[in-house]
This record gives sequence, structure tokens and C-alpha cells, in this order.
Amino acid sequence: MASGEEDGTVEEKETNNKKRTKGAIATAWLTFYNIAMTAGWLVLAVAMVRYYLQKGTHKGLYRNIARTLKFFQTFALLEVGHCAIGIVRTSVIVTGVQVCSRIFMVWFVTNSIRQIQNEESVILFVVVWTITEITRYSFYTFNLLNHLPYFIKWARYNMFIVMYPLGVIGELLTIHASLPYVRRSGMYSLRLPNKYNVSFDYYYFLIIVMLSYIPLFPQLYFHMLRQRRRVLHGEIVVEKDE
Amino acid sequence: EKHKSVEILDAKTKDKLCFLDKVGKILPSFSLYWYPARQSIRLDPKGKSLKDEDVLQHLPVGTTATFYFRDLGAQISWVTVFLTEYAGPLLIYLMFYFRVPFIYAPKYDFTTSKHWVVHLACMCHSFHYVKRLLETLFVHRFSHGTMPLRNIFKNCTYYWGFAAWMAYYINHPLYTPPTYGEQQIRLALTVFLFCQIGNFSIHIALRNLRPPGSKTRKIPYPTKNPFTWIFLLVSCPNYTYELGSWLGFTLMTQCLPVAAFTLVGFIQMTVWAKGKHRSYLKEFRDYPTLRSPILPFIL
Repeated sequence: MASGEEDGTVEEKETNNKKRTKGAIATAWLTFYNIAMTAGWLVLAVAMVRYYLQKGTHKGLYRNIARTLKFFQTFALLEVGHCAIGIVRTSVIVTGVQVCSRIFMVWFVTNSIRQIQNEESVILFVVVWTITEITRYSFYTFNLLNHLPYFIKWARYNMFIVMYPLGVIGELLTIHASLPYVRRSGMYSLRLPNKYNVSFDYYYFLIIVMLSYIPLFPQLYFHMLRQRRRVLHGEIVVEKDE
Repeated sequence: EKHKSVEILDAKTKDKLCFLDKVGKILPSFSLYWYPARQSIRLDPKGKSLKDEDVLQHLPVGTTATFYFRDLGAQISWVTVFLTEYAGPLLIYLMFYFRVPFIYAPKYDFTTSKHWVVHLACMCHSFHYVKRLLETLFVHRFSHGTMPLRNIFKNCTYYWGFAAWMAYYINHPLYTPPTYGEQQIRLALTVFLFCQIGNFSIHIALRNLRPPGSKTRKIPYPTKNPFTWIFLLVSCPNYTYELGSWLGFTLMTQCLPVAAFTLVGFIQMTVWAKGKHRSYLKEFRDYPTLRSPILPFIL
């Protein structure tokens, strides 16, 4: 009887140790990840400033930073994995939607429609993204190191008030600018007749994407505002129960 | 006879909503706004709702019973939801089949497709939804009377949206018939009809499990009807047959939107089947171990 009880507690200790090691590995990985991403977006910021100071124009700037932008924005897909395996406590769906919309903007709009790459709206959203991501990743990094300077916290929960709308404007203007080129080239589209009996028109798809900002953007924006009130002013916001 | 008094508190705010002194066996509804279907009365604020059949005398309460009230929100009857969500696809598909104006180019208005498989598909699709409507009215026995009102908007968007998407392509002037022609269509039709009969047989078998007005729960078993023998291997064969019907329809029309609809439906039905299977296992000690939720031996 006595030895049976001892076995029980030994097993418990083993699983607890395993949990603690897993937690330590997760924290180490996340810290590395967030430092790497902060660094990546800083590199991007520096490259953009240097280009503008050297050339005095934004034309050709996108081409110059395209590879770095694509690399670090695509790498963010890992964040969906973090949520899925539970080392980050955010909804997989929310993270998935956010990352996918970025990937879409980078790969399926700006990268594939060369004619719009010199538009000002592209610079607008890339600048906004850069500022937002540097703030966000450094916030996570400092959080994981348990040493969060107030100004980083302030930045994370205040900059979005201006950055979000600006970013949306940049993205919408860019998609809008791409429409005539998409229509003319018929890219990513499938016409009837075909043996799958389906069709897809990328032009109308982009228009639907633009329209979807109308319901989605306010929801995200007010969610961030509620978070901000809670974190900065300690107000308890009672969420409506379903 | 021992009388109890009853107080009802709001589950969230714990405000006292009403107090009934000297209650007999009947607990009346206490508000016209919160009609009975949207009232949830429970013993614990976070617990399960009490059922209509529960008797005050038999509940584990003292001389003053404290109940908690929760508003379930606007409710709508299951029958209403089913009729609406099924009538939509039936009518919408027919609109595309008859090529009502403003859908296709004007020169095609009110014309008919030159492919016989398109007529066959319309008959199958319409038959399927007529069958569902009739089953809703005459066959199914619903254990819950109502569901939240927002469900009707969600469900109708799903059914009506997919019906329109499918019907648009199948009835399109530029529709391409199946690659393997008559062979493919004949096989597809066989599968479809077999599964329609199967699905109907299961619905009848489930109905006969429960005598009218009762809410008893029993394990379903195979009957004399060979289409019910699948109960040996599967907990929710109605979903199995439903999947089969739509696979048949996909094969018949060779249309990607139909395949997409089949896939989404399969995912949803698997979730439901797993839940049902789990509750069977929980409720019945002697539940047959050979059965899987929806696909024999696989899922």
C-alpha cells in the first residue's frame, strides 16, 4: 500500500518536471522569436530611412526592401502555430485572420501587381506596419523578460489609435489602385467553361475584400480600445455574455 | 402538505426577481416578456437548466427554494427554422434552373439546359429538400422546442448561400457535363438514391424509438429494414447516408461548389456525430463498442 502511494507521487513529480521544462523551452523560444522579429522590423525601418535619405524619393523603395519584408512578414505564420500548441494564449482564429490578411497584402497584391509598387499608399501601410510591429514585438520581448518599461506599454496601447486607421487607408488605396491592372490581365482568375464547373474572378474578389473591411475593421478597433481601457486604466469592462 | 416558498434570483446580478410564498407543486411563469421558452431556471447560477417535467417537491432544496434565472435570448421553434432553411434552397435552385432574368445573360432568360444531367440534377436536388421538409413536418420528433433566434440567420445564410452558388454553375449555359458521361451519372444516381432511402429509413427508425409525447432516450438498433443494419457499425447513420447523398450529387454534377458544400457539411456532421456518440457512451453502460460516430471503423 505504502509503496503504491509513493509511486503515485513520483509520477506526479515527473509530469510536473516535464511541464516545467516544456514551459522553460517555450519561454526561451518565444523570447528568441520576439527578439528576432523586433530586430527584423528594425532592419526594415533602417533600410527604408536610408533609402529615402539617399534617393530622396519613395520610387523604387518597395523593390529595395521587398525581400526583407516578405521574409519577416511570412515568418509571422509561426505565431498561428504558437497559439495552436498553446504556448501563447490568444485565439488561433484571430491570429490566423490577422496574419493571413498581411500575407495576402504582401504576396497577392503588392508582390504580384508590379505596377502599383511605387504608389504612395504602399509606403504608407509598410511604414505603419513597421512601427506597429517594432512596438508589438518589443512589448512581447520585454514581457517575457519580466521587465516592461512603461513607455513600451504606453506605445503598444496608444499608437494603434492612429496607426490602425492609417494602415487600413494604405491597404485599401493600394488594393483600389491595383484593380484596373487585375481586370486587364485577368490574373488569378478561372473562366467558364471548364470541367470543374466553377469560376473565380480576382477582380470582384478584391472588391469583396475591400468591402469586408467595413464590418471587420470596427470590431478589431473597438476590441483594441477595450483592451487599452482595461490595461492602462484598470477599468473592469463587463463583456456581454452570449 | 408541506408548502415551500420560492425565490428567484438573476443568475448574473443575484437581484431578487420574484418571491413566491406558499407554492404547491406548480411553478408559474412569472413574466410575459420572458416567455417560457427563453427562461432558464436552474439550481446553480452556472449549472444546467431545470426541465419542464421537474417537480418542486423532488428537487434538492430546503423549505425556501432558491432558483436562478437566466434569459436565453429571443427563441424560435426548431420546426420554423428547419422549414425556412430548407424551403430556401428548394426555391432558389429552381429559380436558377428556370433561368429567371438577371442571373445569366438576357438571351438565356427562361431557356432550359441542353444537357439531360442538368434536369436530373434539378430533380434530385428538389427531391432532397422536399423530403427534408416533409420529414420536418411529419417524421422528426424534436426534444428541444426552440433554439436562439440568431440561429435562423446563420443557418439560412449557409443553406441559401450554398444553394445559390451550386445552382448558378449547374444551370449555367456554359455548364460542362461529367467527364465519364452516362456511366458516371448512372453510378452517381444509384449512390444518391440508395443514400436517400437509407437516410429516410434511419429517420423512421429513430422516430419509432420514441413514442409520441415522451422524451425517453434509448439506444437505436438495426430493424428488419436492411438500410438500418448500418446501426451495427455507426452511431449516427443518418449523417453517414447524408454524406453519401451529397457525394453522389457531387459525382453527378462534377461541380466544385457542390464538392465544397459536401466537405463543409461533412465536417459539421462529424462534429455533431462525435458529440452524439459521446453522449450515448456516457448515458448507456452497455453501448455497443463496435460503433463509430459517423464512418465505420474510421471516424
